[in-house]
Amino acid sequence: MNKDKFKHGEELFCPGHRACPGCGAALTSKLVTEATGPKTILSMPTGCMEVTTTPYPESAWGISWIHNIFENSAAVAGGIETAYKSFSKRGKEGYMDYEDVNFVVLAGDGATFDIGIRSLSGMMERGHDVLYICYDNEAYMNTGIQRSSSTPIGAATTTSPAGKESFGENIHKKDMPSIAAAHGLRYVATASVAYPEDFKKKINKALETEGPKYIQVFAPCPRGWKHESKNTIDIARLAVETGLYPIFELEDGQLTNVRKIKDRKPVEEYLKAQGRFKHLFKKDGGGEVVENIQKIADMNAERIGIDK
Amino acid sequence: MTDDPYKNLKISKGAVVKPRTSLVNKTGSWRSERPVVDHEKCVACGNCEKFCPDMAIKETEEGKFEVDLDYCKGCGICAEECPVKAIIMKEEEK
Repeated sequence: MNKDKFKHGEELFCPGHRACPGCGAALTSKLVTEATGPKTILSMPTGCMEVTTTPYPESAWGISWIHNIFENSAAVAGGIETAYKSFSKRGKEGYMDYEDVNFVVLAGDGATFDIGIRSLSGMMERGHDVLYICYDNEAYMNTGIQRSSSTPIGAATTTSPAGKESFGENIHKKDMPSIAAAHGLRYVATASVAYPEDFKKKINKALETEGPKYIQVFAPCPRGWKHESKNTIDIARLAVETGLYPIFELEDGQLTNVRKIKDRKPVEEYLKAQGRFKHLFKKDGGGEVVENIQKIADMNAERIGIDK
Repeated sequence: MTDDPYKNLKISKGAVVKPRTSLVNKTGSWRSERPVVDHEKCVACGNCEKFCPDMAIKETEEGKFEVDLDYCKGCGICAEECPVKAIIMKEEEK
């Protein structure tokens, strides 16, 4: 009865996908397709979104979509882009719209920060006209919440568990936007699912820029971060408002646009909302880790200039 | 509605699937709570639709926001993000 009323046949990202309720990455996927439009070829590595959107023989995608392996989504996108350009140059029928086609990668933080960084670096260095979007949920969620180099200090995962001696992850989150910018990219940005318009605007701005570009979007994971599914957006907003996830744009390596925060909230508010940080408030010595996390937020504020 | 992808299913080297075939998977059965919209309170801001990860809340032709119970997983984001609290989560009955 619902199918005529709700018209799902035209969507570029369709319901029926098997992501958990309240999934930040699924929301990211929707926003990406809304911004890129139908003339898009999306390359996706292994990860939550690959597994949940394309269990054979189903697909939630209404755009061209390809999966190969965990390591190589950037190389696949670069290859497609080059082949398309070459066919277009040679006048091959069906490929003359090269200028109008968006070549996009959508990958998780595991595939971006760790496993796929070699092919991502290669793609950026060679200068393919590809937009690489990383949905950052700060661990390998698909395989059961193992730490990645995006996992922040203090977060408990199955491979950085909190215990008698341990306060969860003890290594700093890798600064991936700076690594992307260091490749000489003309456009690098961070975004959050809490600000969909800002995210979509950044995708469109990136697509207007020729060459490689990188956007990293903060996408909470209720399952892995141990918060209620309804709080996905609240938590994404808190990450920005505490200064732990600064939202900015880097154009030609220069900081050009920063989301300013008036009266930054204390990091406790963000940490207490999630089960992955709960040991910090239960165990002796946890306060010291919280202080260190506050220092990270203060450093972000100073380095990027987010205070209003 | 797209074709049933499970009809005449064959296993091939490298899989090719048809677009939008996930629509056969009615995720509404996952739900333990359903959102109920109070159209009197609703100010039609569209936040619920904007933040839904399951494309399960839409503006109808009459300009009302309604929940597609075929796919809504009951995450509760719409109720949480509604600025006028026009959506409440109601427990599903067995």
